[in-house]
Amino acid sequence: MSPGPAAGATMLELRGITAGYGAFTALWDVALSVSAGEAVAVVGPNGAGKTTLLRVISGVIAPGAGTLAFEGAPLTGRPAHEIVAHGIAHVPEGRRLFPGLTVADNLKMGAFLPSARKHFAESVERVYDLFPVLKERRLQRAGSLSGGEQQMLAIGRALMSRPKLILLDEPSMGLAPVMVLRLFDLIRRVRAEGYTILVVEQNVRQVLKLVDRAYLLEVGRIRMEGRADELQDSDFVRKAYVGL
Amino acid sequence: MSLVDLVVNNPLLLAEAALNGLLLGGVLALLALGLNLIFGVLDIVWIVYVDLAMLCMYLIYFTVQVYGWPLLLGAAAGIALGVVLGLAVHLLIITPILNSPPVNQLLATGGLLFFIQSFATFLWTTDHKTVRLSLPTLEFGGMFVSFSRLIAFGIAVLVMIGLYLFLTRTYIGTAIRAVSQDRGAMALMGANPQRVYLVTSAVGGMLAGVAAALLIIQYSVHPFFGAAFGPITFMICVLGGLGNMFGAFVAAFIMSEIISIGGVAWSSEMGYVIAFALFIVLMFIRPGGIFAKRQ
Amino acid sequence: MITRVLGLALLAAVALIPLVPMGGMSQYVLHVVIQIFIWSFIGNAWSLMGRFGLVSLGHGAFLGVGAYTTTLLWNFYGLTPWLGVFVAVAAAVAVALVVAYPCSRFGIVGHYFALVTLAMGEVIRLLLIAERDWTGGSLGLTLKSAGDASFLGIQYTDKRVFYYGAMVVWLLGLWVWHRLDRSMARAAMEAIGEDETAAASVGIHVSRFKLGVTALSAGLTAFGGVAYAQYIAYVNPETLSGVGVSLRIVFAVVLGGMYSLLGPTVGTALTISLSEYLRVKFGVHYIGMAETIYGLALVIFIIFLPAGIYGSLRGLFVRKRRAPAAARARA
Repeated sequence: MSPGPAAGATMLELRGITAGYGAFTALWDVALSVSAGEAVAVVGPNGAGKTTLLRVISGVIAPGAGTLAFEGAPLTGRPAHEIVAHGIAHVPEGRRLFPGLTVADNLKMGAFLPSARKHFAESVERVYDLFPVLKERRLQRAGSLSGGEQQMLAIGRALMSRPKLILLDEPSMGLAPVMVLRLFDLIRRVRAEGYTILVVEQNVRQVLKLVDRAYLLEVGRIRMEGRADELQDSDFVRKAYVGL
Repeated sequence: MSLVDLVVNNPLLLAEAALNGLLLGGVLALLALGLNLIFGVLDIVWIVYVDLAMLCMYLIYFTVQVYGWPLLLGAAAGIALGVVLGLAVHLLIITPILNSPPVNQLLATGGLLFFIQSFATFLWTTDHKTVRLSLPTLEFGGMFVSFSRLIAFGIAVLVMIGLYLFLTRTYIGTAIRAVSQDRGAMALMGANPQRVYLVTSAVGGMLAGVAAALLIIQYSVHPFFGAAFGPITFMICVLGGLGNMFGAFVAAFIMSEIISIGGVAWSSEMGYVIAFALFIVLMFIRPGGIFAKRQ
Repeated sequence: MITRVLGLALLAAVALIPLVPMGGMSQYVLHVVIQIFIWSFIGNAWSLMGRFGLVSLGHGAFLGVGAYTTTLLWNFYGLTPWLGVFVAVAAAVAVALVVAYPCSRFGIVGHYFALVTLAMGEVIRLLLIAERDWTGGSLGLTLKSAGDASFLGIQYTDKRVFYYGAMVVWLLGLWVWHRLDRSMARAAMEAIGEDETAAASVGIHVSRFKLGVTALSAGLTAFGGVAYAQYIAYVNPETLSGVGVSLRIVFAVVLGGMYSLLGPTVGTALTISLSEYLRVKFGVHYIGMAETIYGLALVIFIIFLPAGIYGSLRGLFVRKRRAPAAARARA
């Protein structure tokens, strides 16, 4: 079931995005949009280009062609640190925490932006509220946390930059099924706080219960899209699992 | 003389060598930390690093010995030059080759090394230049230690404590540690990588400047100073694990002790030979450095 | 086809240089070209490793081991360098394997490998200085004279002998490079350069190839060191095993282009010519000027022409498959 407020104005808009690595093209002519307050998923088999898609949005890779706009402002090809300043936070695949830093320091790093630093105390309280276990372990080295705790820290760190849109890359990866359910509940709570979510996931069944809409990405192209409750019963789910 | 000979017949000389090794280690650690800081963040080894310190030493020599500035002022100038050099190297040399293959990066800094050493030869000839200070030699229970060496050690330790506080207590310091642990992730936090690199290079240069101030009161400077102290600095960094600050700190003292004691037991070259040979052997036992975490 | 003809013509021209009357200059020109032959050979030997990502900053070690072995054997035991060279090469290969085998075993690559080789170079240099009783220390060692023209001692005052000898050595080096390039080993090494695990899974014996190339490179470099020692008739730890020498070899190869047959030769020819030109132009007054410009040129080239001069030119004229696949050296 898809909870959450009704979709508002278009927040993120991708048109004709083509991108890749050197001679290898990973995405072809991808079009996608996310409206304020929505939760949207991008699913698809391994190697479909889902991670590349998020990296284009967050500015880690510049697209070869196409446009990217956020809240109307064109952001195509801008570097990552600028895009964060506009309000997009990327929780990367594999978390990419700073293993040698403590939980608290990782969160501090999340609030690197001057605008985020001003509200640091407030943000950190919010994160500890959402993820009490992080508060408990705040002086512990991030590298020594469990998989689920690391994922929570990664999300918390992203929240510290006070984003409007949060990109989640395979949050369930490497987590036990019980943890996955807990995690998705937590993402629901984050969403309920008002954040817009774009999540890339392999766990199609679970993620469709979380989001409003979903896209199917296959071999670099968008093959299908639609509302989550409609897609749940269709061929969509079966197709998305092909190749896994 | 051999080591056994020393221990049995002249333990005091051995102890004195050990003490001097400790004091030398302090300054070597400073150099190693600077080099490591830059490597940890940028993943590039500045082969030219110790030569930057050499330039700072020349500046201090000229201001103090030739123009009669007070030592502290000359030292401050040297440190300032270190910061400028760090920034200059990063902006002019490193930034264009940030994504080049490692061999090109090594050669770029290597080329700069040639350039600096040769230009120094051209400008100031190969004569050794010394800052003449009348600092006493102290005696502790039969062992002789030069005061300048003692002071250098003390200041080195203070600076290292300062560096530690900078890296753990300040925002940008923590960011530097973060970048050395995961370069790309920091950009996702909104940190402009170039700014982090510049701060790192400036701090690295500053450390070279401080080391220069501490070295010039103990040694004379000449264009090939880097050839004398450079290789040992690299070995220390690699031994401690490239990018590992604590490792470099410990490795510096290990190497300096070997050099000092070996120098007294055999000859000063043998001291270095043993140190380097040990380095090679330790590399095989612990390829990532003695403090490498299990990969 | 055209390049073949041009190449042969150039070769013929080079072979005829000693026979061209040059007034008083001939001795000097011969001296310079002999150095170019020998150092190109050495650069070539280095590039065998370099092109597969094994960047060594300590090849001076092999030069020193090679040169000092034959010189010491001749000076102290009267052993002809024709035999001494075998000992020299064997010694250098032994040193190389002692260092390279564990590196291969424990996966020491990239920066770590480069710095280990730097340490190796320094160890040899310092050992040569430390054992001053028989090596002469920093003052070096002169080859004991065997007269004006000795075949047994490979000593000749007539430079033309060395000219043709060095030319043969240089051609030999090119032939070895060419053979290695063509053989299966090269395909294997490139695969290793790209992805060691994948190569290993296909059954290519990674370590064996790496070690083989390293041993070959070391042996050839030592041979070059012997040639140099015989020609100059004087060895010195700084000239042969210093960090400067090792870096200069790498510099010349990268300048000319690491991935092509003639790259090292072009690079070496350029650097030696530049150095001689500066020496002639600036004289003794501007000591250090040559190296200063060297360093500047190196930096500028690395930044703007990473494929080297020859490599870049070649890239313009010949549409070849990208050698730089192996250039993305593993760090």
